[in-house]
Order: sequence, then structure tokens, then C-alpha cells
Amino acid sequence: MSTSLLQVSDLRTRFQTPEGTVHAVNGISFHINEGETVAVVGESGCGKSVSMMSLLRLIPTPPGEIYAGTAIYRNDDLLKKSEQEMEDIRGKEIAMIFQDPMTSLNPVLTVGRQLTESLRVHLGHTQEQAEKRAVELLEQVGIPDAARRVQDFPHQFSGGMRQRVMIAMALSCAPSLLIADEPTTALDVTIQAQIVELVARLRESLHMAIIWITHDLGVVAGMADRVIVMYAGYIVEEADVQDVYDNPSHPYTLALLGALPRVDRRRDQRLKSIPGAPPNLLVEPRGCPFAPRCEFVIEKCRAENPPLLHVGKNHSSACWVDVKTGVPR
Amino acid sequence: MNASNPLVVVQELKKYFPVTRGLILQRRVGFVRAVDGVSFTIQAGETLGMVGESGCGKTTVGRTMLGLYPATSGSVVIDGDDILHSRGRDVLKIRRKAQMIFQDPYASLNPRWTVNSIVGEPMRVHKLFASDKERLERAKELLRLVGLSSHLLNRFPHEFSGGQRQRIGIARALASNPSFIVCDEPISALDVSIQAQVVNLLEELQDQFGLTYLFIAHDLSMVRHICDRVLVLYLGVMVELADRNELYEKPLHPYTQALLSAVPIPDPRKDRARKRTILTGDVPSPLNPPSGCRFHTRCPIAMDICTSVVPEWREAAPHHWVACHAVTTSA
Repeated sequence: MSTSLLQVSDLRTRFQTPEGTVHAVNGISFHINEGETVAVVGESGCGKSVSMMSLLRLIPTPPGEIYAGTAIYRNDDLLKKSEQEMEDIRGKEIAMIFQDPMTSLNPVLTVGRQLTESLRVHLGHTQEQAEKRAVELLEQVGIPDAARRVQDFPHQFSGGMRQRVMIAMALSCAPSLLIADEPTTALDVTIQAQIVELVARLRESLHMAIIWITHDLGVVAGMADRVIVMYAGYIVEEADVQDVYDNPSHPYTLALLGALPRVDRRRDQRLKSIPGAPPNLLVEPRGCPFAPRCEFVIEKCRAENPPLLHVGKNHSSACWVDVKTGVPR
Repeated sequence: MNASNPLVVVQELKKYFPVTRGLILQRRVGFVRAVDGVSFTIQAGETLGMVGESGCGKTTVGRTMLGLYPATSGSVVIDGDDILHSRGRDVLKIRRKAQMIFQDPYASLNPRWTVNSIVGEPMRVHKLFASDKERLERAKELLRLVGLSSHLLNRFPHEFSGGQRQRIGIARALASNPSFIVCDEPISALDVSIQAQVVNLLEELQDQFGLTYLFIAHDLSMVRHICDRVLVLYLGVMVELADRNELYEKPLHPYTQALLSAVPIPDPRKDRARKRTILTGDVPSPLNPPSGCRFHTRCPIAMDICTSVVPEWREAAPHHWVACHAVTTSA
């Protein structure tokens, strides 16, 4: 598990809009090892999707711009590759699945046609080989009656089944890294459980690394090895999964966990709500971006944005204060 | 909880949507039985949760109860008035008492109206105040109640965030001084940190005005947090009803058990240690629901009888109702 697959350093992405520059990703650094599952957690607008799309160079330019950083994937910098080289990597080495499978599938092509495309393009399969493989893939992701269903159009599948089709497509070229962008958010909890189980099973059999983007700290608990928490385009906490829940070290992580009701516990009090709203990314914050909503805030927070500080084994947090004691670090 | 003082009484509520074929000569080819005989009561000041997967009829129950859809049959009595058998002025009178908060804070506010017009509309419709000035004062008061500054009255919905819009929706629902509010997934479109704000606001308002809620949601953790009793629906019928802790700690129906076991627990050790019942497949089409117990096609413990006989709705334990052949009456 210790071979590094992807090493991202100081990644920065911004968008030029009529209202001004949106600072979406503000210098994030992280790594992912082969076969590892890392969850990226945050609310809408925290930069979790933009940073992953930046890695695959899927940011529309303009208005978007990746203006700094490196992303070393197996000794090569993804951010320096040509568009042609990226086309070989997308789908084959790094695949991505999205929240809403209906908008990411082409509604006028059969799923079979969409599945065979990448097999022919990336792996040079003949049409016949590709069709056979497409049926196998649909079986692998648990779609009943795959040989017949391969001729169906996306609208003939339910939401959960469509997400399975997306996963089959993503897996078609056996990628080493799967980026899953809120793949279960639009699904019922029963279907979510099915998809999570499926991905866990495939990860074992294919030895694939996974980046799972989500806003739900619940789903993360069952499946991730490591958790990265993002806020306003910054990584604010990173730790092994158990550590995040046992020793949350950033006030934002702490607040997110406090705002979460528990299905397994009797209610004891009102939920702890986080005051205020997520920050406006149009203004570059002075100091810590969470300071205006933070209950631990001290003078220093408003002047200087804390870097990620080591707070324990494999555990870092971007906060000037030790949230356990309330004492500045 | 006994039936001493129910504010809302729903009996044998049915809502079928006709399915037609043909553009000009529309032939009716069947019915979607979205709600197929649902009965329950809600006590004054109580929050009843209604849960189930998408397509189980939760939203249709809520909308039909307020007369937004004409019911196929059944009755809904809110504070002594039968809403489904009222006409004209009487409907208006009941609507003043029963309001709704919608799921999508973007689609449920008219983008061309100012906040003042939106919040003031129920007051105009129900002629609650004689003058514009009084109405304006009340609108300001409502905004303050939901935690917004009253100088935002002349803004338009697009100037607000999702959480703020939901607060405007709540202010509108409160404008006519209702006693009963149907909350249709009021938080599912919001970010986690904002969900807690809105839920706490709903609870504060309930304490302050003694409101009665029907809380429709698919987030079972939040339902346990906010609701007093919980009703589980499957394909338009009731499968289980109990007090919240009873339901979450001793679920009797296999569907409820599967639903609860699918909810992730935000604690890795606990989440990975527990046994899961993962349901296979999706909810069947309500156009042609399965015979007998509607859940038998996905039920892990289905028996022969389940495919032919509709299970009886009965009280298996005090105040714990369930419709399942496999549940024997406990003491």
C-alpha cells in the first residue's frame, strides 16, 4: 500500500468571471497510494470537485485556469501534458464517475455503444470483442440480464442502475485510479448502500485507488482509508479515517460532525449548527477562511492563514488552536 | 401517545394518477397508485416523520392532504375541517391553517417577486390585515422570526443563498398563522452545516407557536432527530408506524430494518462492524404493484403467503403498528 500513485503539490485553480476572480483551489497538496481509498469531504463550493477536475485537466479554459502546482502521476506531471497525452490517460489510467449519471451519459446512444467506445479507442478492441467485453462489464457491476440490457438507452435504466453503467464504463480499461464525484448523492439510501458495496468489492478485485468526493461524513466512515477535509479551496484537515472521527482537530471538521444527527443514538440535544454561510470565493480571504464562523477564533486567525500543521501520526490540521484544549498551538 | 387530541386525521387516503395513451383521443390505460389507502393521525404539537424510498408516495400524501392534488378517495380532517370535501371559501379557511414548506428553495419562490411580495401573499389572499402598512410590519416580524434581517424585504430570491431562501419559504408558510405545516424534504437541498440551522429553526418555531409538523424526508438520521413518531411507507402503503426510539431500536418490518441498516453511521468502527441487509433491486413500478405484500419481491424473509395475501395493519406492540405476515404479536 505504500507505493505512491499520485502526488499533488500546491495546486491552484481560479476562474475569471464578470464579477471578478473566483479562487476555487488555493494551493492544495496531497498524495494517494496505490490501492488506497481517500475521501475528500466538504460542502458545495469548497473546491473538492474543481481540484479533481483540475487533475484530469477538465477545467474549461477560459474562464478557468490552473495557475500553479504539480500533479505527479507515476513520475509524470499531469499538468504539463499535452491535450493528446491527457486523452490517453483519461479513462485508461484515471477514470471518473459523476453525481448525476443521466447527464453524463449520452441519451441518444445505447449504453452498449457508449461502453464499447472507450474499449475500441483505448484498448484497440474490434467491435465484436468490445461488445462481448461490454456485456461482461455490465455483469460485473451487477446488472441483471446484461446481454439484453446492453442494447437499452440510458433512460430505460433506474438511477441506481445508471450509476452502475457509469461505473462499468469507468472500469472498462482497468484504471489505476478512480475519481468518484458524489456518486451516491442523488440516490436513495438503499441504493447508495448497494453502490458503496459494489465499489468496495471492485476495489479489492482490481486493486484500484479511489478518490471519493462527498459532503457526507457518514458514507466516508465505512469505506475510506484516509480523509481530506476541504474548506474554501484549502485542505483544512487530513488524517486516517478513524482519527478524523475520534480526534477531529480542525474546528470545521468538529462542527460538521456536531451538525450530523445519528441514526444509532437517542437524541440528547439540539444539533450544533454552524453559524453563517460558506465564504464568498470572490474575495481572497485575509487570514483563516473559516475564522468568521469559528468558535475557537483568536486574534492571529484573522491576520494569518494557518498552514497544515502536524498534530499526530498521519494527521495534520490547519488551525492555530488546539481544539481539545482551546489553547493556541 | 394516544389519540386524545389529534389535530390531523387522515383516513384511507388514496391518490391514483391516470396513465393515458394517445395524443388526441386519450385512452386511459391504467393508474399509478401513488397512495393506496393511508390512514394516520397527528397530535397537536407533534412532529410525525414520513419516510421511504423515492417513489413510495411520501410527497403525494403531503400534497394530497393539503388539496394540492385532488384525492381519489378518503378523508383528511385538519382541526375539525374536512379539506377534501370542502369547496370555495371553506378550502381557503383550511388552507390558512395548513401550510407547506417545499423541498427546492430555488423552484418554490417566484424569481420576479420581492421577498415582501412572497411573504405578504398569504396575508393578502387570506385578507389578514386591512392596510399595507400592517402587512409590511408583519412581514418584517416574520423575517426576524426566521433569522433574516428585515431590511432584506425588497430583495429578490436570487440574491439569497439556499439556506436563506429556505428561511424565506418558512416565513411564507408562517405568514397565515397556521397550526399545521407539511415540511416536504425541507433540508435535502441544503449543505450539511446549513441543514442543522434550518432544523433548529423549525424546532424553535414549533416550541414558540405550538406548531404541528408532517416531516417528509429520506434522511433517516434527521428524522430520528426531529420527529416524535415515524411512519414508513412503501409503494403507497403503510408498512410500519411507531414512536421514534421504538422504531429505530426495534424495527419490526423487514423493509424498515433494511432502510435503517443502509444508513451510514459516522463512526468507522461501528459502521464497519455492523451487519447490513442490502436490498436488491429498485422499488417496483406503482403502475403494477406486486400482489399480496408489496414488498415481497425484495423481502429477504418472504414466505408463500406474502405473494398472495395483503398483510393486515395491526398493533404488534403498544403504539407500534406494522403490516407484515412474519411479525407475530409480541407481549
